Amino acid sequence: MKNLIAGIVGVWLVALCGPVTAEAADNGSLRAQLQHFSGLNYRQKKAAVEGLATIESESTLPLLQALLGGEIYFSKTDNSQFYQRRESGAEVQFSPLLGDQLSPGPTAAIKPSSLRKLRVNNAVRKALRQAIAAVQLRVGSEAERLAALETMLGKLDDEAYLRLQQLQPQQSSAAVQDQFQLVLAVHQLGAADSAQRLAALGPLAGRLEPQVRAAIQQAIEAFADDRAFVAEASAALAKTEQRIGFYRFVETLFFGLSLGSVFLLAAIGLAITFGVMGVINMAHGEMIMLGAYTTYVVQLLMPAHLQYSLLVAVPAAFLVSGLFGVLIERGVIQFLHGRPLETLLATFGISLILQQLVRSVFSPLNRQVASPSWMSGAVELNPVLSLTLNRLYILAFSLLVFMLLVYLFKRTNLGLNVRAVSQNRAMAKAMGVKTGWVDALTFGLGSGVAGVAGVALSQLTNVGPNLGQSYIIDSFMVVVFGGVGNLIGTLVGAFSLGVANKFLEPLTGAVMANILVLVFIILFIQKRPQGLFPQRGRAAE
Amino acid sequence: MTSLYQRLSKLRGHGNVSSAVLVILLFTSVYASVCNLLLPEDSVFYVSTYTITLLGKYLCFAMLALAVDVIWGYCGILSLGHGAFFALGGYGMGMYLMRQVGDRGVYGHPELPDFMVFLNWQQLPWYWQGMDMFWFALLMILLVPGLLAFVFGALAFRSRVTGVYLSIMTQALTYALMLAFFRNEMGFGGNNGLTDFKDILGYNLQADGTRVSLFIITAFCLAMAFLLSRSIMQSRFGRVVLAIRDAEPRSRFVGYRVERYKLWLFVYSALLAALAGALYVPQVGIINPGEFAPLNSIEVVVWVAVGGRGTLYGAIIGALLVNYAKTRFTAIWPDAWLFMLGALFVFITVFLPQGLSAYVAAKWQQYRHAKSTSKGAQHEPC
Amino acid sequence: MYGKKTLSAGLAALALAYTTVSVAEDTIKVGVLHSLSGTMAISETTLKDTVLMMIEAQNAKGGLLGKKLEAVVVDPASNWPLFAEKTRELLTKEEVDVIFGCWTSVSRKSVLPVIEELNGLMFYPVQYEGEESSKNVFYTGAAPNQQAIPAVDYLMQEAEIKRWVLAGTDYVYPRTTNKILEAYLKSKGVKAEDIMISYTPFGHSDWQGIVSSIKKFGSAGKATAVVSTVNGDANVPFYKELGNQGISAEDIPVVAFSVGEEELSGFDTKPLLGHLAAWNYFQSAESEANSEFISQWKAYIKDDKRVTNDPMEATYIGFNAWAKAVTKAGSTEVDAVRSSLYGIKVPNLTGGYAEVLPNHHISKPVLIGEIQADGQFEIVSQTPEVAGDAWTDHLAESAKIISNWQDPAINCGNYNKETKKCSGQKY
Repeated sequence: MKNLIAGIVGVWLVALCGPVTAEAADNGSLRAQLQHFSGLNYRQKKAAVEGLATIESESTLPLLQALLGGEIYFSKTDNSQFYQRRESGAEVQFSPLLGDQLSPGPTAAIKPSSLRKLRVNNAVRKALRQAIAAVQLRVGSEAERLAALETMLGKLDDEAYLRLQQLQPQQSSAAVQDQFQLVLAVHQLGAADSAQRLAALGPLAGRLEPQVRAAIQQAIEAFADDRAFVAEASAALAKTEQRIGFYRFVETLFFGLSLGSVFLLAAIGLAITFGVMGVINMAHGEMIMLGAYTTYVVQLLMPAHLQYSLLVAVPAAFLVSGLFGVLIERGVIQFLHGRPLETLLATFGISLILQQLVRSVFSPLNRQVASPSWMSGAVELNPVLSLTLNRLYILAFSLLVFMLLVYLFKRTNLGLNVRAVSQNRAMAKAMGVKTGWVDALTFGLGSGVAGVAGVALSQLTNVGPNLGQSYIIDSFMVVVFGGVGNLIGTLVGAFSLGVANKFLEPLTGAVMANILVLVFIILFIQKRPQGLFPQRGRAAE
Repeated sequence: MTSLYQRLSKLRGHGNVSSAVLVILLFTSVYASVCNLLLPEDSVFYVSTYTITLLGKYLCFAMLALAVDVIWGYCGILSLGHGAFFALGGYGMGMYLMRQVGDRGVYGHPELPDFMVFLNWQQLPWYWQGMDMFWFALLMILLVPGLLAFVFGALAFRSRVTGVYLSIMTQALTYALMLAFFRNEMGFGGNNGLTDFKDILGYNLQADGTRVSLFIITAFCLAMAFLLSRSIMQSRFGRVVLAIRDAEPRSRFVGYRVERYKLWLFVYSALLAALAGALYVPQVGIINPGEFAPLNSIEVVVWVAVGGRGTLYGAIIGALLVNYAKTRFTAIWPDAWLFMLGALFVFITVFLPQGLSAYVAAKWQQYRHAKSTSKGAQHEPC
Repeated sequence: MYGKKTLSAGLAALALAYTTVSVAEDTIKVGVLHSLSGTMAISETTLKDTVLMMIEAQNAKGGLLGKKLEAVVVDPASNWPLFAEKTRELLTKEEVDVIFGCWTSVSRKSVLPVIEELNGLMFYPVQYEGEESSKNVFYTGAAPNQQAIPAVDYLMQEAEIKRWVLAGTDYVYPRTTNKILEAYLKSKGVKAEDIMISYTPFGHSDWQGIVSSIKKFGSAGKATAVVSTVNGDANVPFYKELGNQGISAEDIPVVAFSVGEEELSGFDTKPLLGHLAAWNYFQSAESEANSEFISQWKAYIKDDKRVTNDPMEATYIGFNAWAKAVTKAGSTEVDAVRSSLYGIKVPNLTGGYAEVLPNHHISKPVLIGEIQADGQFEIVSQTPEVAGDAWTDHLAESAKIISNWQDPAINCGNYNKETKKCSGQKY
């Protein structure tokens, strides 16, 4: 029975409709080719892409690109009628592809239900991309040709190699020439002739592209008995490995700093409420969550301007969370002054209420927060080191928030009052500081900053009712580790914990790294109960 | 002098309530057991096995609450990590029960628990050795959490980590343990934990008799823990503990080794929690890392706060009340439960910092006072 | 003496009154054991609604055996011991005839001893790690051979994948699935250095390091794929990081076993285009039963944007199989229903039939879908129905074991073919 079950396991492809007519296949027109193409299964489609690409027509390239984007549809009733889907804003329209060469016509009113999508899968898309690169290499601009060469790197077959060799002399630009040489050299590594292989190694030594390294590695394995070549190739590889080691270190450091920036954002609001006011705010995580939900609501309100939504969300989240903070302070915490353990319990109760509130209002499902395009993608410094944009922005943003807060505390009147109240409440009161007012503002500020952190986190993780909970313990750890009542301590604490975590992770795995860092902090606090940067002064106990 | 007198008289008052709590505990447990075992199922007074296990669970929680109350209510140490000791005790018992399964697991392996078999463990890890002997398991149930509490407490109290710092550290402790036990490499069954137990000391866990016995043992242990805690708190040791709660620096200056008192009380409390956990597992039939979740530990604190910290019976009453409410309300109106729990936190801390028991006691005093003054105050209320 | 007598007489009368009241209402009680609060509420609430919808529809058709169905909903609040407690409540206090419930493996493990002790009947609707076959549970979700292995086969053949990353959340389902896959891949000639296994905790949110090492692993010149058993909340940051580090489905496709339509509704799916998922059902499946089910669901939940997913289909199949078996047996008595369930065939939502097997699993087709920009899946492969295998053939210990509850000679969920014995179970 069991063998039978295992035997049954196999792959059955979804057969697409439409009979394949014999004469269509030989016909040189784009329409006929596409009609033939649409009737194939995925594996056949993959092979047929090249046939489609060889037709020299203005429409070939746009058609391949449209296929890649999944924009081509055909009529359910007539599989020779093709349409291209176009989106203008939220509206979806279809324009028929006219004539033998399928030039796009004006949009037509047609029911989407009467059309069937011309489906492609990953394998076909991969082939399409190679085909597009091949066409672009012939007709594209310099930038397009460079991109095409990059796509082809390490993926040439002998035929394509010969074609490329013919194309190379026509190139005028030095950059394209360089890239040509690289692509060709990678292919030559597989040559039967030993001298040719050795010659190919020259331009490849020290190149960081993973395809180059993989090709050299494969060549070493394939020609293991060619001693001279193996020695040379290994030396070339070792040289690259050294450089790569350095970049990997930089990358891990960046990961650590980026995690640290998340810690910093999450913890800094807590550093204010806990450190300065001495209030344990267990609802701090929920302030972060409120900020993230504010981002969601802002995006709902301005769907056409997603690019700017975050810029609006930052102040909005600050206000929403800050307002909640002031409410909590005035409504509950002010009655619990000097009883830190009680504030802990009361704010924990508030956190439960807020979580359930969000669940009731927004449903327990995670909400979708879009990333604006300027935050997606990465800055590619070289083929092995690229820094993701969203992390870079958040790192910069966290530092900006930090500096603003330091400025606020050191240079403004409000900061002066806050520090006065935190150092000696009675004396500050005697000097005419409205301590109640200062308390409410400080708490509001701490909560508002948490809300801002929520905006940043909405770009990295789930926006759901449990968002806050996952950060609360880490935030407490950062504040306690850095030293309570000290913003610099929070900064140093956040980044050192982040970096430590990321350097431990490859050695121990993510969970163990987390545990080790926690245990380290527990032990550290036993040794130095005041944290990294203890508060100076006599009030310490 | 006056404060000492007041405290003493208060204690005496508590003594009365304490006896009442004990009597009620005894009565319910005997009643429930008799009704479950002797009455036919269709009798009105039949107590179902479902109710018995439910009550047994509540009593374990009450014991856990007692453990938290001992250090929080009497010594001012707010532990947000007592769930860790509870869960460790539970894991100890779970390991014993797992070993009792023997070769009756689904793979029929003579020694290894099922989860180890299908994760390709070749042999029993060293820390599972000996856990098939009840006495050894019992020893470990007390030793491991006790030792953890000792080490943690010794470090923390010596370097005078107090107040909220200590609370946060205990929370970090239970959180770290939770992450660790979630790991499958630890050899404790990962997220699934330990489950599918068969019998304890040779008695079938699913038999009504075993369930009732476990329930009675739990009630007995709770009563013992209650009496022991009371006598500790009434002893000289207990007086010093109270003094530390109310004025720690002063106690230190007077010459008491504050950290030693705190440490021993902390260890005692951890042992209580561990015992509660060990009794909990055979009754609910599963132990998994979720028990380490910081949220659970905080919930325990709420039971104590609701019932009234600083009174031992308050903790027990709080645990029973809140858990009963939880069972009822999660059935009737699941969405509202978290709102209610949250509001309870806020309400109790802001308006009834001493909990329900203190509130009721105060009202009762008022009532008695009013009564006695109206009668003409000849009799001293006892 | 006299007083005592009157008292007991009164008690007897009361007892009588009590029992008559409970008999008066003659309905078939259906227990629903899904978390409505806590961490699992996100997923399980949907299944509760599905069961309620099925019950409503069945009642509109006149119920079963001339009686109306009555739902008894309880909330185990994502708390595992509470699952056992609520099961006992359903079976002894409410005396339900069948239970639809559970999502996580640990909740099922918690329920198991209770439901076996009280001889209840439960339908479990979620894909799981296998290695189990209880007399009292029917598993209508996929066993590993109905999801994981066909998905890997697809990648091997269609995308010619040579190098594999098995990434999962650290709990039983991924552990077991990856163990099975590892053994399977090795049997197909994949070398150990071409398999990378990585586990992360629940709710893992910082994927930078892992995604970067996947990228590194995938740049060795061989086609690489990720088989993801990453669970729930951790998926959003995982896919976001994949997108940001520029790993497209064409470079390194990710095939996921725990990401369905409902999970995708919380994502911005544009960067995920072409990544894969393997299930036994997709909302985009073209069949009449499916479009009917979808419109029924949207009408019931009064939200046109709600999606359907695989565990919902499993619930649908389980409910219909149970209803058919009850009709066939003419009774809701557990043993009668159980024995009439074997071999019962009910339509699934992908145009085929699901057959209930003697090992308490069902036959299901395996569908592979590619994620589309609209959050739906485009089906790129579909197998015929595969029989669910409780005990995988790819792990040494479990290959010896079979399950068959129909054959009186075996009548066991874990029968060892070598020793010819059924270990452990006490039935």
